[in-house]
Amino acid sequence: MNRSPYITDAPAVSIIMLKVLLALVPGIFAYVWIYGGGILATIALATFTALVSEAALLKLRQRPIRPYLSDLSAVVTAWLLALALPPLAPWWLVVVGTLFAIVIAKQLYGGLGYNPFNPAMVGYAVLLISFPIIMTKWPAPLILAQTPLGFMDQLHFIFSNTLPTDVKIDAVTSATPLDYLKTQLMLNHEVSSITQAPIFGVWGAKGGEFVTAAYLLGGLYLIQQRIISWHLPTAFLATLAAMSLVFYTVNPAHFANPLFHLMSGASMLCAFFIITDPISGPTTPRGKLYFAAGVAVLTYLIRVYGGYPDGVAFAVLIMNMCVPLIDMHTQPRVFGHTKN
Amino acid sequence: MNSIIQFASKLLRGQTAESAEVHKFHGGVHPEGHKQLSTTLPIAKLAIPQKLVLPLRQHVGYIPKVKVQVGDHVLKGQMLAEAEGTVSAAIHAPTSGTVTAISEAIIPHPSGLPDMCITLTPDGKDEWTTLRPTNWRNTDKKELVASLRSSGIVGLGGATFPTHIKVRADGKSQVHTLILNAAECEPYITCDDMLMRERADEIVKGMEIVKFLLGAENCIVGIEDNKPEATAAMTEACKALPETSVKVVPTLYPSGDARRLIHLVSGVEIPHDKRSTDVGIQVFNVATVLAIYRYFALGEPSIDRIVTITGSVNSPQNFKVLFGTPLQTLIDAAGGVQSGTTHFIMGGPMMGFDLPTIDVPITKAANCIIAATPNLFAPPPPAMPCIRCARCADACPVNLQPQELYWFSKSDNFEKARDYNLFDCIECGCCTYVCPSNIPLVQYYRYAKSEIIAADKAKEAADLARERNEFRLARIEREKLERAQKHAERAASNKAESAKTESTKVAPTKAEDVKAVPATTESEQPASSTNTDDVKKAAIAAAIERAKALKAAAAQAGESQKKSDAITADAPDASGKPAQTEDEQAKAEQAKKDKQALIAAAIERAKAQKLAAAQAGIAPKNVEDASPAVKAEISEIDAIREKAKQAVKAQDSDSEA
Repeated sequence: MNRSPYITDAPAVSIIMLKVLLALVPGIFAYVWIYGGGILATIALATFTALVSEAALLKLRQRPIRPYLSDLSAVVTAWLLALALPPLAPWWLVVVGTLFAIVIAKQLYGGLGYNPFNPAMVGYAVLLISFPIIMTKWPAPLILAQTPLGFMDQLHFIFSNTLPTDVKIDAVTSATPLDYLKTQLMLNHEVSSITQAPIFGVWGAKGGEFVTAAYLLGGLYLIQQRIISWHLPTAFLATLAAMSLVFYTVNPAHFANPLFHLMSGASMLCAFFIITDPISGPTTPRGKLYFAAGVAVLTYLIRVYGGYPDGVAFAVLIMNMCVPLIDMHTQPRVFGHTKN
Repeated sequence: MNSIIQFASKLLRGQTAESAEVHKFHGGVHPEGHKQLSTTLPIAKLAIPQKLVLPLRQHVGYIPKVKVQVGDHVLKGQMLAEAEGTVSAAIHAPTSGTVTAISEAIIPHPSGLPDMCITLTPDGKDEWTTLRPTNWRNTDKKELVASLRSSGIVGLGGATFPTHIKVRADGKSQVHTLILNAAECEPYITCDDMLMRERADEIVKGMEIVKFLLGAENCIVGIEDNKPEATAAMTEACKALPETSVKVVPTLYPSGDARRLIHLVSGVEIPHDKRSTDVGIQVFNVATVLAIYRYFALGEPSIDRIVTITGSVNSPQNFKVLFGTPLQTLIDAAGGVQSGTTHFIMGGPMMGFDLPTIDVPITKAANCIIAATPNLFAPPPPAMPCIRCARCADACPVNLQPQELYWFSKSDNFEKARDYNLFDCIECGCCTYVCPSNIPLVQYYRYAKSEIIAADKAKEAADLARERNEFRLARIEREKLERAQKHAERAASNKAESAKTESTKVAPTKAEDVKAVPATTESEQPASSTNTDDVKKAAIAAAIERAKALKAAAAQAGESQKKSDAITADAPDASGKPAQTEDEQAKAEQAKKDKQALIAAAIERAKAQKLAAAQAGIAPKNVEDASPAVKAEISEIDAIREKAKQAVKAQDSDSEA
């Protein structure tokens, strides 16, 4: 029997996923530092929900449980969703979002390798549409909050929705810079004056920009480890920067500068961790460029003109739909063939 | 396309003259070499074993014709089997001895199936037959190539394509560059490396001969940079030669693939539907040119080769091994296997295959034997789903999209796989090598390729069978048309006779037609003439029956005509008597009515039959002997069909007139 090649040199799927998780660690550290330890509970809850629901669905679908659970893909989905949610999201929100991501968006489509949409983004989009108020209410960074919550207070809030008696909800939360910018622009304020508000940092959101920078760090690690290709993040960030630069140049009073867009919201998370999901993304190098550029354009448009605070989730889902088309039309030239 | 080729040719000429740069191909992988295992010891000559088993099928192409019989005593170098057909290679006695069997034995092939082998029991004298060296510089090229046909030399890099075909100057393509493939990119294999280190001079002499045979102007030796000793030896040996360069290419599997190597050393990308000779390049393996040198300079045919025995043997080394030597002898010479050895791989770990048993001989294709343990080659973990990471696409040296090909092959979507250039896949294994999900991708491609080839063959056979059937139907139709014409003529003369009293003479006309029926039936069915009487009776009875119902049927004449046509068309292979009879009845009826209607009906029928034949999709018969004779028959079909069409047209115009 001819079963060559006999040798391989490939990281297992679980190793790839593990490295993705590892690359998220700096971001999580920054997150904890800026927003408090509550995020750890959210991540743990999402992970637990993801693993249990994945196991249950595998059992239902009569698939082997151990190899599919240990591939860690469900954990990656859970972490990404948890990091995309507001830090003090109630426990049931985390559970509902994760369940939707794993059960509907992943397992019902056929499990690992068969989901046409990014599961974490499906979960996020469902929550955003269903519970818009909770999903847009972000806690203020600890350094800005009037009464910063301790770790136990955060846990208490997540699991029982109660604050310490002397703290009011408004003292804990604040609008995100992207959201604030949009509402203030509607009131005909100028960007330069809006960004004087305390929630704005040097580049993006006060505090949030450190988390974003940490994601960038993790993303560079993934590129260095050849877990992701440079095409996707580069095309995404470049397009987002170019697009915002054009608008900013035309009317700096009404549009934020490119750096703000790159360092705000989920830009970095999207560039290195979300659009780099291989299963729901394109496979050809040129296709990756188109895909990422498309996500960036849609993200910008939704951010600036849409009704949602950030546009990443919908932009990714819309572009996921275009993947077969992109792949079909970006086939590279095969050796010995002329270009069609 | 031609302009591309010309451009490529020009590019090549320009570059070989001007620069020594090395080009790059897409993808490729860097497997661990493990070559030092078998390069510490020089090439050793393996002693003559007790028994030599020479498979007839050691090369690509037709099996050679056996020239000896059991019991014959043969001398070393004597031809045992002669090349038969164009693509074939001779087999020679590796030593002197007696032919003790010509029978089936397991051959080193992935299938593990037995095949015809000549068994030779050496007499120990190792006595050469008369050797006839050729003064190749002063001999006509055609003669040299013809002589090469009986050398038994095939591509020794592992492809085993008969060498005489590769130097055949058929005037179509002018080879200007000879590339010597010394890349040896597969891990573990070192036979070419050692050969170059030790016998570079002879290799270069062989290269000179091939260059002469091809009429090439340039020679390029392509060596991977993990063989510095071989590079040095070859550079030294080539030093004095004009238009010859040694190019060191980076160690990157599969640089030894001919098209990849051509690209590496010359920058020319051979178009996928062309051969390298179409752009003036020919590639030879170093061991092959050495064999060519020995054949012309010393008169020695191809009777041995260098084999790397490595892996879990105690003393990995390269040996000069006579073809037919049992594998066990080679293993013993390498100090035996280490404990834990489970099986043997022939070829390298990227493209080789498991030997079905240890009881196989060394053949012309055996460049390397690797003793395998589960430690060396761990069985792959169970395959996971494809996560579309496209690492395979990054590694593919042909720049294919293996993940798409996998998807199409897995779902038996073969047409799509072909569209995505499945047949450009060289099965190098790079995709599997890098797959995080451990999917045996190459196996899927091999499967898809074999399925497509099988389907193509079946389609070809079905097409042929259909053509033959159409020919048959056309012949029947032609005969029928001729008959119909006779009928019509007769009916016309009858009509003329009784033109003015037609209404009173219905019965006689009818009778005459009835008489005509058996006669035609007989002439149409000569094969069934034994039944003629029965047929006549049946036909007459039926005709009378029908005559009674004539007036009623006349109203529905058109419909019954169609029905009888359908029956004829549905049963073209059956003896078809009832159908034919009914057919004749219908004709008789029509003849009575009108001459023109009859001809029109015949044409209708011809059309219906053609349609039916086209839709029938007749099961192929005698598929195997699709010989030139059959093809001639098909071309005859077309001619006859054309004639039939013209006859129909002529009738049309006649009847209109």
